[in-house]
Amino acid sequence: MGKIVEIKGVNKIYGTNHVVKDLNLSVDEGEFLTLLGSSGCGKTTTLRMIAGFEKPSSGEIKVEGESIDEKEPYERDVNTVFQTYALFPHKTIFANIAYGLKMKKVPKEEIRERVLKMMELVQLSGFENRYPSQLSGGQKQRVAIARALINRPKVLLLDEPLGALDLKLRKQMQLELKRLQKKLNITFIYVTHDQEEALTMSDRIAVMHDGVIDQLASPTEIYEHPKTRFVATFIGETNTYDGCVTSIKDGIATVTLENGAVRVACGEDFSVLEYSTVSVRPEKMRFSKEPKEGFELVAVVKDYIYVGAVLKCLVALPNGNELKIERLAGQELPTIGKKIYPYWDPQDAVLIHNESHSIFKALDEIKLV
Amino acid sequence: MTKEKSKHNFRSDVLPKLVTVGPVTVLLLCLVLIPLILVGVMSFCRTDEYYNVVYKFTFTNYAKLVSPDYLKIYMQSLVIALLTTVMCVLVGYPFAYIIARTRSRKKKLLYMLVIIPFWTNSLIRIYGWRTFLGNTGWFNKLIMAIGISKEPIEFLYKTGTTVFGMVYCLIPFMILPLYTAIEKLDDSLLEASSDLGAKPVKTFFEVIVPLTASGIFSGSIMVFIPCLGYFFVSNILGGGNTDMIGNLIERQFKSANNWPLGAALSIILIVVTLLLVKLYQKLGGDMDDLGV
Repeated sequence: MGKIVEIKGVNKIYGTNHVVKDLNLSVDEGEFLTLLGSSGCGKTTTLRMIAGFEKPSSGEIKVEGESIDEKEPYERDVNTVFQTYALFPHKTIFANIAYGLKMKKVPKEEIRERVLKMMELVQLSGFENRYPSQLSGGQKQRVAIARALINRPKVLLLDEPLGALDLKLRKQMQLELKRLQKKLNITFIYVTHDQEEALTMSDRIAVMHDGVIDQLASPTEIYEHPKTRFVATFIGETNTYDGCVTSIKDGIATVTLENGAVRVACGEDFSVLEYSTVSVRPEKMRFSKEPKEGFELVAVVKDYIYVGAVLKCLVALPNGNELKIERLAGQELPTIGKKIYPYWDPQDAVLIHNESHSIFKALDEIKLV
Repeated sequence: MTKEKSKHNFRSDVLPKLVTVGPVTVLLLCLVLIPLILVGVMSFCRTDEYYNVVYKFTFTNYAKLVSPDYLKIYMQSLVIALLTTVMCVLVGYPFAYIIARTRSRKKKLLYMLVIIPFWTNSLIRIYGWRTFLGNTGWFNKLIMAIGISKEPIEFLYKTGTTVFGMVYCLIPFMILPLYTAIEKLDDSLLEASSDLGAKPVKTFFEVIVPLTASGIFSGSIMVFIPCLGYFFVSNILGGGNTDMIGNLIERQFKSANNWPLGAALSIILIVVTLLLVKLYQKLGGDMDDLGV
């Protein structure tokens, strides 16, 4: 598998606003890669730079090994599906989908054949003579995708394409998009702020935060082994505790928190006395009525939230911090107001470097010397 | 009971309408409808030997209007109005496009460039042009000073100059609706067109022009119709060589002193205008766009 898109040291600066910071990213051929992040993190700007609507302030973007910095959008072999669909309101659905081929001066007969085939693929047969205003949101979305895909782009760029659809339609379109991508074997670069969408569809996810890629990995890796506190909290729900590593033994660190010590598996890049964050997913949390060895947390059950398949239990630590514990509905849970001892399998928790504390760490080291 | 109710209705429904819409209605009645009826009636009257209007019904005014001399002037009017409209589109479109697409503070400045002359009396401006373009005017002096021509060039009293004056006076009416239409253009449509492989020229004709057609359309109506009636432009710059319907009307009311004939001409102009507006509506134009 070759690299189809390579982004090397790309920066984008608007005035005093540094939107994309020294970005490096390579995308494999046939891959479904998602740029995930909250609004303003630079994900859409990155996509627009690949499409050619924005020029990088510095750095280089290559498609199939060839630099495209000097190419105008209409010269690039990539196509975009816009967030607002951007269908031409004065053209029929047929003319909308045929637009790219018409620009390439493909013979009329072939255009007709390919458009009809593409419309069948996205389940829009029979809509040729309608106008975009006569379609529903989901149908417009399909037209937008068909209009881009018919050009057989090397890369398809999708800018939050499902953002305007309702939840049910969105879920359905997610699966359809994934199916299309596998069937046509086209590289997709997909921008979204919806972490669930990213987890469902992607081969790899690049979590962007403040113009930088925090972590680039498979959905499983991102969910189970987040590298930064942002990734841990942005993807799925989690409980985080800030504390200091007090000892490490056999790959298990004991971290002392404000409310007592806990145990967590850690990599070799952690050292004793390092400030760090422990992240535990609610579904990995356990609790007992007796204290567990290595865990000193004590909490009081405050409330239950029923969300269908699961039951969420809110418990409060003595310092007021709340934790979430998730259980399948039907499983036994302590009554509200009872005292419990939260714990977890150290392998189920993740230890994350706490960069915001690095200065304190440095100060502490000086003191120790 | 019913009496009380009707009283209540008067206070809550009728009175506010009377106070708000009433004065405007009276004003419109006095200043538009009654004069219009007067013109209509007069167009079917004749004059005595002292040019006084005699209120006796006749078709002679309308019969006169189909004579070849008049028909020639109608044609000339239409040609000049059409030329003016086309020139306004060609000159106004790029300008409106630049104003609408400029994102910086220059936008306001450019906009003012259109609006400020619009606020100045056009009669004065046209007189200014006559002085400027005349045989002893600055423009000819400049031409002779540079040595382009030894003799002053005759600019005035030509169709081209009249069209120039019309374009000059009426171009804001073209630029403003165009500006509104272009401003509404969704950037992502232009990006989509480029993304799908269309070069800028293709994007212009495939996307920009069709989507701003309403602006071109209403701008054209707003230039074409007043152009038929702007008699002073062809008077001052055309000097009688480029007479239009407006000039004919003006002459009947002033020098020729034949008010009934002038009234009949006015009625013709009103009918032509209404037909054009009707056509505009039929072709899908929005009446609100004409109310700039």
